[in-house]
Amino acid sequence: MSVAEQSIAGAEARGHGFLASSVGRKIIMALTGIILFGFVTVHMIGNTQAYLGAEPFNHYAEFLKTMVHGAGIWIFRAVLLTAVGLHTWAALSLTLDNRAARRVGYRAQENVASTWASRTMRWSGVILAVFIVYHLMHLTIGNVHPAFDHANPYANFVKGFQVPAAAGFYIVAQFCLGLHMWHGVWSCTQTLGLAHPRYDSLRRSFATGLTILVVGVNISYPIAVLTGFIR
Amino acid sequence: MTKNLNLTLHVWRQKNAQCDGKFVEYPAADISPEMSFLEMLDVVNEGLIRKGEDPITFDHDCREGICGACGMVVNGRAHGPKERTTACQLHMRSFKDGESITIEPWRAEAFPIVRDLMVDRGALDRIIAVGGFISVPTGSPQDANALPIPKEKAELSMDAAACIGCGACVAACPNASAMLFLSAKVSHLGLLPQGQPERYTRVRDMVAQMDAEQFGTCTNHGECESACPKGIKMENIARMNRDFMKASLTYRPATFGGGGAG
Repeated sequence: MSVAEQSIAGAEARGHGFLASSVGRKIIMALTGIILFGFVTVHMIGNTQAYLGAEPFNHYAEFLKTMVHGAGIWIFRAVLLTAVGLHTWAALSLTLDNRAARRVGYRAQENVASTWASRTMRWSGVILAVFIVYHLMHLTIGNVHPAFDHANPYANFVKGFQVPAAAGFYIVAQFCLGLHMWHGVWSCTQTLGLAHPRYDSLRRSFATGLTILVVGVNISYPIAVLTGFIR
Repeated sequence: MTKNLNLTLHVWRQKNAQCDGKFVEYPAADISPEMSFLEMLDVVNEGLIRKGEDPITFDHDCREGICGACGMVVNGRAHGPKERTTACQLHMRSFKDGESITIEPWRAEAFPIVRDLMVDRGALDRIIAVGGFISVPTGSPQDANALPIPKEKAELSMDAAACIGCGACVAACPNASAMLFLSAKVSHLGLLPQGQPERYTRVRDMVAQMDAEQFGTCTNHGECESACPKGIKMENIARMNRDFMKASLTYRPATFGGGGAG
């Protein structure tokens, strides 16, 4: 067989499936990533109502539970769970492919263009997954909360963050979110082909701006409770 | 005249793909700073041959930075510390007297080691073979200006066509991905009218072949762009992703083709 015949046979054997292809899985990663950073942004905006006091905050929680006759929250949960599942699957399978692509590494490898954030995406992602499970057990289910009351989300929020270890874990997780979002938001524009010299600096600033906003506001909640600003 | 250099080399020696390799230390004495990196290795090899030892094997051809044959990881950077420079165009004045230099081959499963610093880059040829071509009627040449091409498109295409296929992007990528190489080829042909007939089959075929060759996947680190001796930009990867998405969404399997009327 000639080189051309061999390679055509190789490509045919491998197939052209979208989900099997590396670029296809990257696109799944980018699209689910948009859902997830869209969610954390909305989540951050909604929670700013903690600064308005107990009544608006509890009213907001009630609205989330009852919108679309109670179906809304389950639609959101289904979409988010699917997005997290696909995002994790894409990350895992791509990481395994990447490991297999270089079994023997370099003795010396200097990083010139990559960032700490881009190189630690796998770790920040794993920490975030652990944090999400904890966060749900802490403030949604309440089984790891010191004094959980289903009827009073505001009190749960305040009492939950009065435990310094819990507040500390939230702050650490937010730094991981920052690293993950800063590379991820920029990276998804690249994967989806949204690159153009006119908008390249805008892509970077958008990633930086959104990350600082989301992480900054999110970190302010445990700090506000610990310092007694929110009581 | 600048002083000659005395260096210590740590070179990866490996007999073939089956054997294990190891780093071996060699002194490189009295090296002129005007030498290229490959000429420095030639001097070391002459010494090894005189002593009856095996010389260090490395790929090289034009030694003018335009053929893409040479390539080695020098102190952790593909083609060494100078930007937009191939190993043959890297000069010893980029190093300090007494420095120790680690020299390794391109590391990727898709590039099996032939010997020492020489790897088999046939995987890149096979990727080209599935899509890196255009169909043209042969025979008498067409009028040069028969197809109008906007200057900007021609420039972007030529920038992508500067890729010499050396494999530095794969070597520098933390995931050993060949996306910069592929995207250079996809952009080079896809930006021109002559490349349109195969535009959307090309990108799918080349990506499928890249995956079959066990290259890694792109995580947008950007190491490829900074290692590329020809300055190929990551914008090409985004362009390739756009074409891949369009190709995946609009691809017609052979069975959908309908009749061959006419």
